[in-house]
Amino acid sequence: MSNTDFILAIEDLTVSFDGFKAVDKLNLYVDKNELRVVIGPNGAGKTTVLDLICGKTKSTSGSIKFKNKELTKLAEHEIVRAGVGRKFQTPSIYENLTVYQNLEVSYPRGRSVWGSLLFKRSDDVMTQVYKVAEEILLKDFLDMEAALLSHGQKQWLEIGMLLMQEPELLMLDEPVAGMSAKERDQTAELLNRICQNRSVIVIEHDMEFVKKIAHKVTVLHQGKILAEGSMDKVQADEKVIEVYLGH
Amino acid sequence: MFGYSMAEIGNIMVMQGFAGLSMFSVLLLMALGLAIIFGQMGVINMAHGEFMTIGAYTTVMLSKLAVAYGFVNYYFIFAIIVAFVLAFAIGYLVEFTLIRHLYKRPLDTLLATWGLSLVMQQIFRSSFGAKEVSAELPEWLLGSFQPTPDIDIPINGVFVMGLAAVVTFGVFLFMFRSQWGLRVRATVQNRVMAGAVGINTKKVDRVTFALGCGIAGVAGAAFTTIASTGPTTGTLYIVDSFMVVVFGGAASLFGTIASAFGIAQAQSILQFFMTSSMGKVATLLTIVGILMMRPEGLFASKVRK
Amino acid sequence: MKTLSDKLLGGKQGVLGLALLALLIMVILPLGLDIFRLNLVGKYLTYAFVALSLVLLWGNGGILSLGQGMFFGLGGYCMAMFLKLEASDPISTKIQTTPGIPDFMDWNQLTAIPWFWEPFKSLPLTILAILIVPTIFAYIIGFAMFKRRVGGVYFAIITQAIALILSILIVGQQGFTGGVNGITDLKTMLGWDIRTDSAKYILYYVNAILLFGCIFLSRYILTSKFGMLLLAMRDKEERVRFSGYDVSDFKIFTFCVAAMISAIGGAMFTLQVGFMSPSFVGIVPSIEMVIFAAVGGRMSLIGAVYGTLLVNYGKTVFSETYPELWLFLMGGLFIAVVMFFPDGLAGIYQKHARKIPFLKRWVAEEKQKQTDAHASHGKASTTLGAEA
Repeated sequence: MSNTDFILAIEDLTVSFDGFKAVDKLNLYVDKNELRVVIGPNGAGKTTVLDLICGKTKSTSGSIKFKNKELTKLAEHEIVRAGVGRKFQTPSIYENLTVYQNLEVSYPRGRSVWGSLLFKRSDDVMTQVYKVAEEILLKDFLDMEAALLSHGQKQWLEIGMLLMQEPELLMLDEPVAGMSAKERDQTAELLNRICQNRSVIVIEHDMEFVKKIAHKVTVLHQGKILAEGSMDKVQADEKVIEVYLGH
Repeated sequence: MFGYSMAEIGNIMVMQGFAGLSMFSVLLLMALGLAIIFGQMGVINMAHGEFMTIGAYTTVMLSKLAVAYGFVNYYFIFAIIVAFVLAFAIGYLVEFTLIRHLYKRPLDTLLATWGLSLVMQQIFRSSFGAKEVSAELPEWLLGSFQPTPDIDIPINGVFVMGLAAVVTFGVFLFMFRSQWGLRVRATVQNRVMAGAVGINTKKVDRVTFALGCGIAGVAGAAFTTIASTGPTTGTLYIVDSFMVVVFGGAASLFGTIASAFGIAQAQSILQFFMTSSMGKVATLLTIVGILMMRPEGLFASKVRK
Repeated sequence: MKTLSDKLLGGKQGVLGLALLALLIMVILPLGLDIFRLNLVGKYLTYAFVALSLVLLWGNGGILSLGQGMFFGLGGYCMAMFLKLEASDPISTKIQTTPGIPDFMDWNQLTAIPWFWEPFKSLPLTILAILIVPTIFAYIIGFAMFKRRVGGVYFAIITQAIALILSILIVGQQGFTGGVNGITDLKTMLGWDIRTDSAKYILYYVNAILLFGCIFLSRYILTSKFGMLLLAMRDKEERVRFSGYDVSDFKIFTFCVAAMISAIGGAMFTLQVGFMSPSFVGIVPSIEMVIFAAVGGRMSLIGAVYGTLLVNYGKTVFSETYPELWLFLMGGLFIAVVMFFPDGLAGIYQKHARKIPFLKRWVAEEKQKQTDAHASHGKASTTLGAEA
C-alpha cells in the first residue's frame, strides 16, 4: 500500500476467532482532525476494530497504517508511543490513586524503568496536569481518590489520562455510557474542543449524542462497513434501517 | 544405549511404562479434581493433596476394620465410596467456611489453603502418628500377570487404571452431559447471568469445590494400592498435579488426561535411566520450559478475551 | 516537591517508624540479649530481607513469587562455597583421599574442584556472584514469563515448581553441592574466625546495616514514579500498557531487585549461622517467608521486619515447648491473616495510630500541605490562561 494523507488507513483488515470472522476485509480511512463516529448493532465488530488498532487483538491479515506507519506488528506500548490513545468501554482508571496521580502517571515522560525511577515532578508536569484537569472539569477533585468519583467523572478522568499523552489519534469506546443528560452535553462540548488538533474515533449508541459530535459516521455490520457518510445520509440509508429495525 | 540390549530396552520400556501407568492414574485423579476447582472456579487449592490423604487414611482405617472382621476381599470398593463421600463432605465445609470469602482474591486463596494444608497435616500426625501406614490389600489386587517371561505387570496397577478411567468418564458425563454440569459451566462463563436465570451460583460453587475434593479422596484410595500413607503424603503430589493441570491447559479435560499421561510416563521412564531425583528434575524442567514457550498450556483454544 | 531525604525517610511518620526500628535492632536487642539469642535474631533478620522483597514484589506489585527461597539459597550458597573452599585447605583436609577439596566432594569420589566452584576462591568475585547470579536467574525467569504475560496464580505455581526443581537438584548432586546436609563446617573468612562472639556481634551489625540499606532502596523505588506505576499495574495492568508503558520491563526489574535483596539475606545467613542447606531453597521455606511479609503487612517495608521477627519468635518459643501446636498456629496464621487482617500489623497500626494525638496532627499537616500546593499552582495556571 502506498503512503496516504490519512492519519489512519485500514485496508483489508480481517480477524477470525476459531473460524468466526469478527472483522472481515475492512477498509476504513480517517482524516486529520476528523471526529468519526462508528455505530452498528451489537456484535458488529466495533470494539474489535478498536482492539485491532491499539494492538490488544492481533489481526489475522490486512494492514493498519497510522501516519503511514504499520501498526499491526507493533506492541501495545509502541502503538501508544506512536500517538494512539484508547479509552475502554468501562472506565479504566487507577481507583487507589488520586486524580492527580492518575493524570501524572499518564504523563509521557519516564516511560522506561530507569526513567521512572529518576522521574521528577517538575513544573511542566504539574502545569500539564492542571491544564487537563480543568479541561475535564476535575480541577477541584485533584486530591480525591479516584474510586470516589461518580461514574461520569471516571469517564472524564480516563479521557483526561489520554489527553496527558497528547495523542494524535484518540479512540473512545462509548464515552457517555452511564452519564446523566447534563454530563452528556458537557462531554459533547469536551469532544468538540479536543478534536480541534487531533483525530478522534468514537463508538457510540446514543444517536442524539452522535448528532452533536459526528463529522462523519461509519456503520459497521457483521465486521463489514454497511454505510459511511454524514449522519443524515446514513440515517436515510435503507440498508442501515433494515439492519437496525430488522425485517 | 546404557549397556542394555534392544530387547531388554523394550521390556524395560513396557514395565516402566506400566509402573508409569499406576502413577498416571493417581496423578490423573488428583489433577481431575484440581482441574475442576482451578479450571472452572479459578481457585488454587493448596490443600488438595491433603484431601487425597484423607481418602488414603480412610482406606487404611477401613482395611484395619476389614482385617478385624474378616471381609478383606470386599471392603475396597466400599472404601472408595467412603473416601469420596468423606473428602466431599469436608470439601463442602471448607468451601463454606473459607473459600467462598476469597473468590475475588486468588493469591490469597492460595495462601489460606496452604495454611489449611498445614493444619490438616498436623491433624493427621496427631491422629494417626508420624509413621507411614499401609492398607491390607484384598487378595485379588495382589500379584501380577506375565504375558511374556520377561514382563511383569502388577494387577493393582491395572485396577487403579480402570478406576481412573471410570472416574474420568464419570466426570465427563457430569460436566458435559448433566444438568448440573451445564449449571457449573454456565456459572463459570457468566456468573451474573447464571444467577439471573435462576441458578443458585453459590451452591454450584460449593458442590463444584466439594466434587473436586471428593475425587481427590478417590485418588487417595487408589494411592494406597501402590504406596504407604503418611501425614505428608499429599505434599508429594501437589506440585506435580498443578503442573499437570497448567500444562494441559486449565479448562480442557482432554488436556488434563494427556498431560497427566505424559508427565507420569516421562518421570517413570527417565527414573530408570537416571537417578530418581534427576528424572524428576528433567521432567519438571521440560514442563516449565514448555510452559514458558506456551503459557496457556498445550490444549487451550484461541478465544477473544 | 519531594526531596531525596523525604523520599527515603517518608515524612515525619516514616522517620518515627524507622527510628523505632533502628532503636530496637541496633540498641535494645543487642543490650538486652546474650550473644546466642542475638545471633538467633540476626538469623531471623536475614529472613526479613526476603520478606522485604515480597513487600516490593507481592504487596506493591501484585506478583506473588513462591520461589523467593531459591534466591535466598543462591545467595547463601555463593557465600558458603567461598567459606567452604577456605575451610578446605590441604592441611586441614590431609586425611582425605584428595586433600584440598571440600570434604563432601572427597566422599563422593571427586578428585578436583568443579569448574563452577573456581570463582569462589576469590572474595570479590564471590560478592559479585551473590549479587549477580540470583539477579540473572530472576531475569531469565522474569523475561520468559512476563514477556508472555504470565502472571497471577500461574506465576506463583511456576516459581514454586522452579524452587522445587532447584532444591531437588541440590539434594541430588551431592558431590557438587553437599547434598541434603548442605555446606557445613564453615570457619573463617579471609582468616577471620566467624564463629567467635566478637565476630557474631560484628556480623549482626553488618546485617542490620545492610537491612536498612535495602529498606532505603525499596523505599526509594516505591516513592518514585516507578512505585506509583507498580501500584497502577497491580490494579489495572491493561490501562498502564495503553498509557505507553512496557509493563513486562517493570515487572522483570522488580523481580530482579527482589531476587537481589533476598540473596543478600541468604549470604548474611550463611555468615551468621555457619552453614547453608537445601532446606532453605524449596517450597516450604519460600511460602513461609510469604507469611512473614503478610503478618507484617504486605504493603509495609518496616512491617515486614516486625512480621518476620514476630513469627520467628513465635516459632522458636512454640517449637521448643509444644511442637504440635506450632503447625496448627502457623496454619491458622495463614488463614487468619488472609481472612481477617489482610494488611497485617501495619494495617492494625495505621488504624489505631490516628488516635495518637501528635500522629494525628502530622497526618493532617501533610495533607494540608499537599492541598495548598495544588491550590496555589492551580491558581497560577488559571491566571495564566486568562491572560492568554
